[in-house]
Amino acid sequence: MAIIKELHVNGSRRVVNAEGERSLLSVLRDDLDLTGSKYGCGEGRCGACTVLLDGRAVRSCSTPVSTAADTEIQTIEGLAKDGKLHPLQEAFLKHDALQCGYCTCGMIMNAVALLGRDPDSSREDIIRSMNGNICRCGAYPRIVAAIQEAARSMKGASK
Amino acid sequence: MSELIFDELLLEPERYELFTDTLFSAELDRRAFFRIVGGGLIVACVLGEADAQQPGRGRGGFGAPGPKELGAWLHVGEDSAVTVYTGKVEIGQNARTSLTQVVAEELHLPMERIKLVMADTQLVPFDGGTAGSGTTPRMAPQLRRAAAAARELLLDLAAEQGKVKREEMSVHDGKVTTTDGRASFTFGQLTQGKKLMKVIDDKTPTTPAEKWTISGASPPKVEGKAIVTGTHQFASDVKRPGMVFGKVLRPPSFKAELVSLQTRDAEALPGVTVARDGSFVGVTAATDHDATKALAALHAEWKTTPQPSSEELFDYLKKHPSAGRGGFGGRGGPDRRGSIAEGLKAADQQLKATYTIAYIAHAPMEPRVAVAEWNDGKLTVWTGTQMPFRVRGELARAFNIPEERVRVIVPDMGSGYGGKHSGESAVEAARLAKAAGKPVKLVWTREEEFTWAYFRPAGVIEVTAGATKDGTLTAWECHNYNSGGSSLRSPYESANVLTEFHTTDSPLKQGSYRALAATANTFAREMHMDDLAHALHLDPLAFRLKNLKDQRLRAVLEAAADRFGWSKSKADDHHGFGIACGTEKGSFVATCAEVSVQRNGLVKVLRVLTAFECGAIINPNHLKNQVEGAGMMALGGALFEAIRFANGKILNPRFSDYRVPRFADTPLFETVLLDRKDLPSAGAGETPIIAVGPAVGNAIFQATGVRLRSLPMAPKGVKAT
Repeated sequence: MAIIKELHVNGSRRVVNAEGERSLLSVLRDDLDLTGSKYGCGEGRCGACTVLLDGRAVRSCSTPVSTAADTEIQTIEGLAKDGKLHPLQEAFLKHDALQCGYCTCGMIMNAVALLGRDPDSSREDIIRSMNGNICRCGAYPRIVAAIQEAARSMKGASK
Repeated sequence: MSELIFDELLLEPERYELFTDTLFSAELDRRAFFRIVGGGLIVACVLGEADAQQPGRGRGGFGAPGPKELGAWLHVGEDSAVTVYTGKVEIGQNARTSLTQVVAEELHLPMERIKLVMADTQLVPFDGGTAGSGTTPRMAPQLRRAAAAARELLLDLAAEQGKVKREEMSVHDGKVTTTDGRASFTFGQLTQGKKLMKVIDDKTPTTPAEKWTISGASPPKVEGKAIVTGTHQFASDVKRPGMVFGKVLRPPSFKAELVSLQTRDAEALPGVTVARDGSFVGVTAATDHDATKALAALHAEWKTTPQPSSEELFDYLKKHPSAGRGGFGGRGGPDRRGSIAEGLKAADQQLKATYTIAYIAHAPMEPRVAVAEWNDGKLTVWTGTQMPFRVRGELARAFNIPEERVRVIVPDMGSGYGGKHSGESAVEAARLAKAAGKPVKLVWTREEEFTWAYFRPAGVIEVTAGATKDGTLTAWECHNYNSGGSSLRSPYESANVLTEFHTTDSPLKQGSYRALAATANTFAREMHMDDLAHALHLDPLAFRLKNLKDQRLRAVLEAAADRFGWSKSKADDHHGFGIACGTEKGSFVATCAEVSVQRNGLVKVLRVLTAFECGAIINPNHLKNQVEGAGMMALGGALFEAIRFANGKILNPRFSDYRVPRFADTPLFETVLLDRKDLPSAGAGETPIIAVGPAVGNAIFQATGVRLRSLPMAPKGVKAT
C-alpha cells in the first residue's frame, strides 16, 4: 500500500504519513487539523466535505488521499487571504445563509468551484450545481441569494 | 431534578426517548463560583414562578415549574469581560446570538464584549435541555434579569467609588459615566479586587420590549465569521492529545443477540484494542480507517428475531395498544365535551377519515459524535447533544460513578431538531476510552445515525367531524395512535368534542422531533377542515374563521391570507392553492401554499407564505431564517421522507436512498412576522413547521381533486384520479 508523504494544501507543502487508501477528508481533518471540511454521509451525497483539487470540487469523504497527492488542494481554511474574507464568505454572512453552519464550508467550496467555472451562473445554474449539497436546516433560498451576490461582487472586482 | 423532567413528560408523552429514568443529583457548588472565575461580580438567577408561567405552557410547552434553584449566572470580570453561563446549547437556532442580544440590551454593552459559556456541566447550572422551544421564553428572561441586576450593581459601585449620586450615573458602551461626563469607570475598574455575588429572583425589573434597541434588531450571528472560515469548533472537531478513533459493532438487525464473537483477527492488527462489556463490542485504532478495518475483522454470530415491516406499520400500530401514558388529549388527558353522537346528528355534512404518519429521520448533518477522556477516575465527554445534563446522568449510570465525576461539554453542534436528546455516542466513546486507556473519538456513520438513533413517531389519526350548512362545526372527534398529543386539542370551537391520544407498541425506537406530534395532528386536522369546507361548498378560509375565536390564531390566518392574495387565488387545471393554520408552544402560524402537479404526477411546490407570531420578536432576521428553514424541512416530511424497514433492518439508511429536501425543491418563501411587543417572547424553532404540510396537501387537492391522507403525501408523485 502506497504511503502518501506530502500534500499541497492551501498553497503550502504539508508533510503527512498516510495510507493512500485513507479518505482525503480524514487526512485533512485528523492529521492536518483542517476541520472546516465535515463528515456528513461518507458516500459523496451531502457535500459537507467538499474541497477543491486543482480548482475542481470533489467530495473528500469518498476521495482516497492517494488521488490528491499530486494536486493543489484547497480547503475552506485557505479561502480568506490575509484576513480578508472571500466574497462568498462575505455574502454568506450578509445573507445569514446558515443556521447550524455544519454544511456551510462545503457549500462555500462548492460555490467557489462553480463561480470559478462559470462566473455568470444563472439562478438555475446555481440550483443545479448546488443540488448535491444538503442543508438540513433549510437555508437554501439564502444560500442561492448569497452565491448570486458573490458572483456579482466578484465580477465587479475583476473589471 | 428528575421531577422537572417527569412533569415535562406528563405534558408531552411522545418524548418517548426520555422515558428512561435519569438521575440529576449533582448541582453546581455555589461556593465554587469564584474558584471558577477568580474575582469580580457575579449575578446568579434563582428560578421562580415567572419562569414557569410563560405563554407556551398552556399549549403543552416546557412550562413545568422547577424547584427553587439556579437557572443561569453572569460574571463581570476584573478585566471588564462579561461572561454568561447557561446550560442551553447552540444547535443552529441562533440562541448564542439571541441570548447575547438580551444581555447586551440590559447591560448597555456592545454584543462583541459578551461571551457565552454554554452547556458545560462543570460550569453551568443544571438545565433540562434545549428543547420544546424553551430557550427564548425561559432562559432569555433569566439572562435579561441577571444583566439588569448587574447593571444596577455596577451603578451602585460607581456611585460609591466616585462619590457621586447614583442618579447622576448611567451605563453606556460598557462604561459607567456621570451625566456631566466628568467621571467614568470601566466595568473592570468597578469590580477590581472584589468578590461580589448577588442572587436574584424573578422579580428583577427589565426593559420593556417597546424600549428595546439591541433585542428586536437583527445583529448577525455572533459565531458567523468562525463558521464561514472553517474555524468554528463543532463536537466532531474536538481533538485530544493521544486520541484514537473508535468504531462500534452493530447488530445486523434490531433486537439481534450476540451468539459468538471472535476478536483474535482484529486484535492482531497493529494498534487495535477491542472493547467488550456485556453486549457492547467496539474497537479503537490510530486512525478512523484502521478502526474500520478492525471492525471488519471481528467475526460475530447473531441470533435474529422476526419483526414487523413498514408495509404493515399502520395496521400494526392499531393492533398493538400499550399501557401507560395514553389518554392524553393535548394536555392533561382527553378533551371531552358534549356528545359526538348528538353533534353528528345535528350536522348537515359528516366526514370521517384516517390519516397516517410515517416514521422519519432527523438526519442532522452532524451525526452523533463524542470524544471521551478518563483521568483519575473522572470522565470528560465532548459530544453533540441537546441535553448535556441528561447525558451526564446516562454516563454516571453506565459507569456507576457519581455525576460529580462526569463532565459533559457540548460545543455548538451540527443541528438536532429534537433528535439529539440522548447520549448513545457519549456512553459508547467512554466505554471505548476506558478499554483503550486513551481518549477516543467516535463519529457515528450516516448509516448508524439513520439506524441506531431514534425516529419521529409514526402514527394513525382518525377524525370524525360534522358541520351544518352555514359552516358551524357541530362535532369534532380525533384519535391519535402513537404519534403523540401535541396540538391534538383543536383550536376550533365546537360544542361536541372528543380528542384522545392512544399509546401503542412502536416497532422502531422513536422520540422527539421538531414540534413533536403537532405536525401530524395539525396535518390531520387542517386537511379534514379543508375537506369539510369543500364538501359544504364553503371557502376554506371563511370556514376556519367562522369556527375560530382565538384572536392570535385568527390574526396570523388573516395576515397570511391577505399577503398571499388568498381571495384572488383561483385554482385551474393541475394548479392549486391551500391554506392551514395551527398553534403550539405559545406561538401561532398560518401557511398558504401554491403547487403545480405535472401530468406525470410530480408535485412542484411553487410558493409558500407563512405568517408567524411568537410575541415580542428578539431577532427578526434570524426568526425569518427559522421560519423559512422550518418550511423547507417541512416539505420533506410532507411530500417524500419516510423510513422504510423490514425485519429489524432500516432499508434506506443513506442520503442516496432517503430523500431530504434539496436546492431544487425550494419554493419561493415569503414570511410575514407579526411583532407583538405587548406579549412575552415565545420560542420559534418548531411551530413554523406545522402548517406547511396541510397547506401543500390542500393545494394538491385543489389542483387534482385527490385528497392525500398519508405523510409523506407524494413520495412517488400524485396518482391521477
